[in-house]
Amino acid sequence: MSYRWDIIGQTGLQFFGKVSASISHEIKNVLAVINENAGLLEDYTNMLEKGMSINTERLKMLAVKVMDQIQRADGILKRLNRFAHSVDDFAMSVDLVEIVTFISELSYRSASSRGVTLDPVSSDGPVTITTNPFLLQNLIWLCLDFAMDTVGEEKTISIIAEEMGMCARIRFTQLKGLTDVSADRFPGEREKALLSSIKADLTLNLSAGEIIITLAET
Amino acid sequence: MKTRVLLVDDEKEFVELLSERLTIRDYDVAISTSGEDALKKVEGYNYDVVILDVLMPGLSGIETLREIKKMKPLTEVIMLTGNATVETGIEGMKIGAFDYLMKPCDTEELVAKIDKAQQRKYEHEERIRDAKAKRIATSPWSVLRED
Repeated sequence: MSYRWDIIGQTGLQFFGKVSASISHEIKNVLAVINENAGLLEDYTNMLEKGMSINTERLKMLAVKVMDQIQRADGILKRLNRFAHSVDDFAMSVDLVEIVTFISELSYRSASSRGVTLDPVSSDGPVTITTNPFLLQNLIWLCLDFAMDTVGEEKTISIIAEEMGMCARIRFTQLKGLTDVSADRFPGEREKALLSSIKADLTLNLSAGEIIITLAET
Repeated sequence: MKTRVLLVDDEKEFVELLSERLTIRDYDVAISTSGEDALKKVEGYNYDVVILDVLMPGLSGIETLREIKKMKPLTEVIMLTGNATVETGIEGMKIGAFDYLMKPCDTEELVAKIDKAQQRKYEHEERIRDAKAKRIATSPWSVLRED
């Protein structure tokens, strides 16, 4: 079977670019906070030199805030690192529960800007499949992007990774805005190319308001 | 009279720290963590300068800028942008923002822009006062008109 690698390649690059841009924006915000912290410490030093008194507890608190932001930046970069390494292997064993949580974290800013909350639902245990992690992540990300436009009034998308007999599936739920009209345009060319490449299926359950990706389990 | 500044950014810690730094520099500072809250504050108070983040959840920086300019056209706005949003900073200037700065920003550069923005607002207000005074002088009955 030949896959549409031209579409998959372009879609993958767009995915990689958008995630990288989002992460770089998060890091900028962290640097902005650290910058103001450092500036405030400098201001306090200037005040001390002029003979004014400064609450030492306030100084300690500023130091703690800097360390908190460094931890925050470290967490952001760990996500970037994990994302970057998802292209290392063409096929590997992955836990769908973890991947869903990870992509929800990567999509946080996009969801937040649209007023949507992402709720990856914890499972009793891992749901393991063998697949291409980057292509699967790309597909989940595209599904989330579409789901954010079809979410109901509660503006919350629950994402559930679960075993279903010999298969595994990911359900995007609470999509009250899912209609025949939206079903006509999804899955599109990009999603179909990715589904084909990882041998997955995608169905829309309009009455339940769900998008379901079904994958073969290992 | 102190320059009245409103800081608008969804990063709460950032606006709190910057607020403290500007207060030390003798500005009268208020903070908002959303465009919606900023508009409520602008409606109820005559700020000289609004420092406005471009990328925020809910009402974006550009949408907030548009509404501020409708409500209080003389209030000056300085956009704060991250890497990929320089174009948005420029777009903001096309619809009335005074200037834009990249994050993380140099405080002295920000202070210089706030002062210039406040000066421009003051000059606009002076010109309007002068124009109204001339109108009254040439047409005394104009004081009965609502403005």
